[in-house]
Formats: sequence, C-alpha cells, structure tokens
Amino acid sequence: MDLTYTDEEQEFRARLREWLAKELPALPPRPSPDDWPGRRAYDAGWQRRLYEAGYAGLHWPLDAGGRGATPTQHLIFLEETERAGAPYVGANFVGLLHAGPTIAAEGTAAQRARWLPPVLRGDEMWCQGFSEPDAGSDLASLRTRAVRDGDDYVVSGSKIWTSHAEVADWCELLVRTDPGAPKHRGITWLAMPMDAPGITVRPLRTLAGSAEFAEVFLDEVRVPVENRVGAENDGWRVTMVTLSFERGTAFVGEVVACRRTLALLARAAKENGRWDDPVLRRTLGRLHGELGALWRLTQWNVSESQRSGGVPGTGGSVFKLAYSHARQELYDAAAQVLGAGSLALDEEWVLDRLSSLSYTIAAGTSQIQRNIVAERVLGLPKGR
Amino acid sequence: MSGVDFQPTGEQRDLRAGVRDLLAGRYGREALRASVEAGVAVDRRLWRELGGAGFFALRLPEADGGVGLGLPEAVLVFEEAGRALLPGPLVATFLAAGVVPGAAAGTAVVTAFDLDGPLVAHLAEADAVLGAPALPEGEPVRSVDPLTPLHRVARPGRAGPYRDEGALLTAALQLGSALRTLELAVAHARRREQFGQPIGAFQAVKHLCAGMLVRAEVARTAVYAAALTGDGAEIAAAKLLADEAAVQGARDCLQVYGGMGFTWEADVHLHLKRAWVRAEQWRTAAQAEELLAADLLGADG
Ligand SMILES: Cc1cc2nc3c(=O)[nH]c(=O)nc-3n(C[C@H](O)[C@H](O)[C@H](O)COP(=O)(O)OP(=O)(O)OC[C@H]3O[C@@H](n4cnc5c(N)ncnc54)[C@H](O)[C@@H]3O)c2cc1C
Repeated sequence: MDLTYTDEEQEFRARLREWLAKELPALPPRPSPDDWPGRRAYDAGWQRRLYEAGYAGLHWPLDAGGRGATPTQHLIFLEETERAGAPYVGANFVGLLHAGPTIAAEGTAAQRARWLPPVLRGDEMWCQGFSEPDAGSDLASLRTRAVRDGDDYVVSGSKIWTSHAEVADWCELLVRTDPGAPKHRGITWLAMPMDAPGITVRPLRTLAGSAEFAEVFLDEVRVPVENRVGAENDGWRVTMVTLSFERGTAFVGEVVACRRTLALLARAAKENGRWDDPVLRRTLGRLHGELGALWRLTQWNVSESQRSGGVPGTGGSVFKLAYSHARQELYDAAAQVLGAGSLALDEEWVLDRLSSLSYTIAAGTSQIQRNIVAERVLGLPKGR
Repeated sequence: MSGVDFQPTGEQRDLRAGVRDLLAGRYGREALRASVEAGVAVDRRLWRELGGAGFFALRLPEADGGVGLGLPEAVLVFEEAGRALLPGPLVATFLAAGVVPGAAAGTAVVTAFDLDGPLVAHLAEADAVLGAPALPEGEPVRSVDPLTPLHRVARPGRAGPYRDEGALLTAALQLGSALRTLELAVAHARRREQFGQPIGAFQAVKHLCAGMLVRAEVARTAVYAAALTGDGAEIAAAKLLADEAAVQGARDCLQVYGGMGFTWEADVHLHLKRAWVRAEQWRTAAQAEELLAADLLGADG
C-alpha cells in the first residue's frame, strides 16, 4: 500500500500544471447550454489543445494513437485538469470515454486508424445509440433492426436519450442482426455516420430546460459492413467492454470537481451565516469526508485495474452507486446553503442540482447497479 | 519505487491472512460464545499470546523488541480483530505499547478514557488507564455489549494525544465487523429459502446486501488511506464512515436474518452492540463531522 508518487509522476504533474496555467487563460468564454454549434466548437478547441500538447488519449495504448501513460498518470491528469478548472470532455465524452476505448480494444487496425485519431484531435464527435423506447435497463431487448444487403447493413428503428446526437459525426449503434437468437446473442455494434440519409434527430428537452439528448429515428439507413466492430452478433460482449469503461473511469474528474464545489459551498455558507447552523455545518463536514473517501476509492480502483492489466472491474459499480448518491447530497446541501435562493435559476448551483438528478439513472440506474453488485460481486442468485 | 499502488502488498496480505488464521484458531466462534456466556471479556492467557505474536508491539521499532511495522499494517491486523469480535481494550493496549510496562508483551491490560463522559470500558480488568497516573475507582454499570463491561467514574480523564490513532484503529475494527456482517448476511441469503427460492434472489434482500458492500468498500478505502497519510481529517472521515458501515451493516444483517437475527443465539447482535460501543469511542460522528467541517473551511482559505 503506497500513496506516494514517483519522481517521474511528480514531474509529470508539475509540467501539466505549468501547461494548464499558460493555456487556460487563453480559452474563449464558455458558450451557453443551448448553443450546440458553439459548445461543439468549444469542446473541439479544448481537445485540439490537449492533442497538440501531447495530452490527448494519454492512457490509450500506443497503437491506438495514445501515449501509453500509466493509470496513475491518467489519474493525475484528471485531477489536475479538474483542479485547475479546465473544461470537461463535454461533447467528446462518447468518443473519448466509450466508443474510442471500445474501438481501441475491439477494432481492427484499419478501424483504429480511421476513427481514433480524429477523436483525439477533437475533429470528430460521437454519440451513443444504445437505449430505445422499449429497451432501457433491459438493453439487450433492443429492437432496432439491421439487415445485411451486399456490403451494407440496412438499419431501421429508433433510439432515445442519445446525448449530443445533434452535433455528433458518428454514432456507436447497437442493432439486432439475429432476431431468432436469444436476446444477448443477436446484437451487433456498428459505427454509423450521422449524416447518412434516413436519420432524423429530434432534440428532447431535459428537466434542466436545455436539449442535452435526443430521439434518433432510423429509416433504412445504410451502414457499410466494414463499420462493424467485432463479429456479427457479438455486439453484446463488445458493449460490455464499453460499459465497464463507462462505469470505471468516466467520473473520476467529477469527484475532484465536487470537492472543489464543496469548498466553495462552505465559503458561501460562512459568508451568509448559515455555517453557524450545526446541522448544516455537520452535513458539509460529512460530505467532505465522503467525497474524500470517494477520491481514495478511485485510486483504489485504478490500482486494482493496473494490477489486472487495465480492464476496470466491478469496482466501477460500487463507485458509481456511492458517487451518484453523494453528488445528489452535495447539491441538496447547496440548496440548504442558498435557502430560498435555490429557487432562482440564475444560480449556477441550481442548474447543477437539476442535472445531478440524472446520475442515479444514466449509465445504468442505481437499482441495476445494485443488481450487478449483488449478483456478480456477492454471488447472490438471480431471481425467477 | 513503483509509485501509487493502493492495494496491499503480498506481505501485507500474508500478515492479514496470518492474523485471521491465528484468531480463527484461538478465538473462533466457540471461544467467542464461551466468553459471552462466562461474561469474561479479557482472557489473560489469550492477551499474552497476542502479545507474544507481536499484536501490541507491531509498531514498536525492532530495536525495542517490536515488529517495526507501520499504521497500514496495524489497520490490517485490527480489521481482522474486528472481524473476529475479539474483545478487550485492544486499541488502548496497542497505543500503550512502549509507554506502559507490559503492554507490548500483553502482560498488562491497558484501557483508556476513550468514551465521552463518566463511563470507562474494561476498568476492572485493566492494570492501567492510558495517560492516567493511577486506576480510578468506579461503579460497575450494566453494559449493552456483553463483552464490554463498563464502569462509571467520578472524574474521567481525557484521551488527549491518542485520539487520532485511537480513532483510526477503532475504525479498522469497525471495518472488519462490517465486512463480517456482510459475509454473514450473504451466506444466510443464499441458504435460507422462502417462497421456493433462496431469499437472496429477492431484490429487496439483494439491494440491502449491495448497500452493505458499498458502505464497507468506501469505509475500507477511507481507513487504508488514512493509515497511509496519517492525516487528521482523513482519520475522522475513516472513523465516521467505518462507524456507519459497521452499525448499519449489523442492522441490515439482522434484517436479512429475520427472526433469527433477533436471537441471543445468532452473532449479529454481538456485532451491532460492539459497533455501537466503538462508535462512541475516540471520536464520535458529531466530533468527526465538526472536525471535517473545520478542515473544509481551512482547506479553502
Ligand atoms: C442524462 C441522460 C443521458 C443519457 N444518455 C444516453 C446516451 O447518450 N445514449 C444512450 O443510449 N442512453 C442514454 N441514456 C439512457 C440511460 O442509459 C437509460 O435512461 C437508463 O439505462 C435507464 O433506462 P430507462 O430510462 O428506459 O428506464 P427503465 O429501464 O424503464 O427504468 C425505470 C425504473 O425501473 C427500474 N428498473 C428497471 N429494471 C429493473 C430491474 N431489473 N430491477 C430493479 N429495478 C428496475 C429502474 O431502476 C428505474 O428506476 C441517458 C439517460 C440520461 C438520464
């Protein structure tokens, strides 16, 4: 057990800090939540800067265009960028954290060469077309059909809750290729170009008021067979790779951000006098302890995946359960600090409070995570 | 140097396994139940054996006859003691090693003023109170935990400089208890059948167990991290989270056990009662939260 950094890691951190101090003041102002072209340009611009400085795809393998950094260096990167208040991955989320790692792990050399460099450069954005109106938690029951026609799959059906669909160039799409097979065995993973004929995107407004996700209707969309990652009907296994990445490392930076928010919250409480309320003060103290422990849990999980060769384990589900709960508690505490001020939408924290409500739903609901933990970690039997 | 590797090393795992084996052999379930029935918390012979095995002298330098290990190893050892429900003033005697004669070797039993207010644990069994010049007089008080006898004293002292390390080692005991009640609950949920299937197949039961695991794993990383950094705020967080993992874990285990969980016969109540005692020792939830709150403002300004 050791939490000390090597000289090399310290140096990596110092260089990164220096770079961030130089780079961040030069960034343009952040676009408003509804300005999608502006958001895309902003997120792409940041990714481009990371790429040029050698920080893009830090922990990806070298043959995927990455820098082959250790998980610890990656963690330092996430910690420092967040601490400095750098932009988050934003619209690059799916490309960098889901589709990219999946292609790196499961794609052919040609597929990696085609899709990964533009993701790392910020040139191309991806979205995730998994969920359907009738296939949410029970994702494997998805029905969007793909029928082989020569060198193409012809895809029809609809997806829902597709984040960033409006600005994405590509969609990692799950389709049913064998309707006769058991539900997990007839699914295929495709990379679908979002400008293909037959795709209609209808934005959906979230409870926070902005259009973060969309419905995507697919009407005989032709997707080349060469865009298939993994074998036909092997898409469920390929997907599980993606989901384990999603739950394993996707929220690391956010924990650091939460700790920063909490510190600001404490200062605000001190200023408006609510700090003198022992119940609220103790709530904030407890959150400080919890978020600190969650940061340690990410280090624990990273050490574990480092030992097991890079694949995130079920620790991701444990982390996501604890983190999504803590994040919601954090913003409930923010509301207590703001009092009636928490009703005014011009407070940044109020919008963050609204978006925190999605954390126990997106990327596998808390109930589903508990099922996973109970069955796969604790070995409890499946129900009838 | 390999850099950040939070996982226990092979040697640390071996140490933990060794202590687990030692306690399974020397203080297994039968011994536990026998001491409950006899109402005897401290078995002097066992205490000396623990001393002989280096339990109390773990952190003393080898030059002073100790084992020369650190807090990270100590928490792994205490985790096992918590799992086994090993009774007695383990933390106080450990902290007294090198300070109170005989503590390191396990020939002395040392308790502490680790509870707020007039109650002192294990007073009648102790040779000394950590940091106190003499053993105070005390009136016996019936204790909720059959293996933590209590006395009321007129003028209690203070835990003073031992508070942080005492809280950390107590958190490690809580962690072991939380992991144990989780194991008990899961084993029971797989075995016990109702409505024609193991109760563990019911989601309500599954989710109780999953919640226990999440709390225990978060507490585990908090305890290990605090042992590595020795930071006061991290220790407070570790105590807070481990107290909760142990107390709530025992409660949930009791629920999974059903009527059996409410019996004297099942061990669940022993875990719960001890967890309640430990939650009051060294640093309570209120104190930990206040300390963390102060740290939060300090870290900010
Ligand atoms: C902000 C946000 C962004 C998203 N982005 C994307 C995206 O980009 N791409 C994408 O494909 N999807 C996306 N999703 C969809 C997300 O993955 C699904 O919402 C999620 O998997 C739940 O599916 P559902 O909404 O159909 O709910 P349902 O599956 O209908 O669940 C409803 C309720 O039933 C419970 N439930 C269901 N099954 C069980 C069970 N077996 N045991 C116990 N309880 C159960 C659930 O926990 C939940 O409380 C996003 C969702 C949100 C909120």
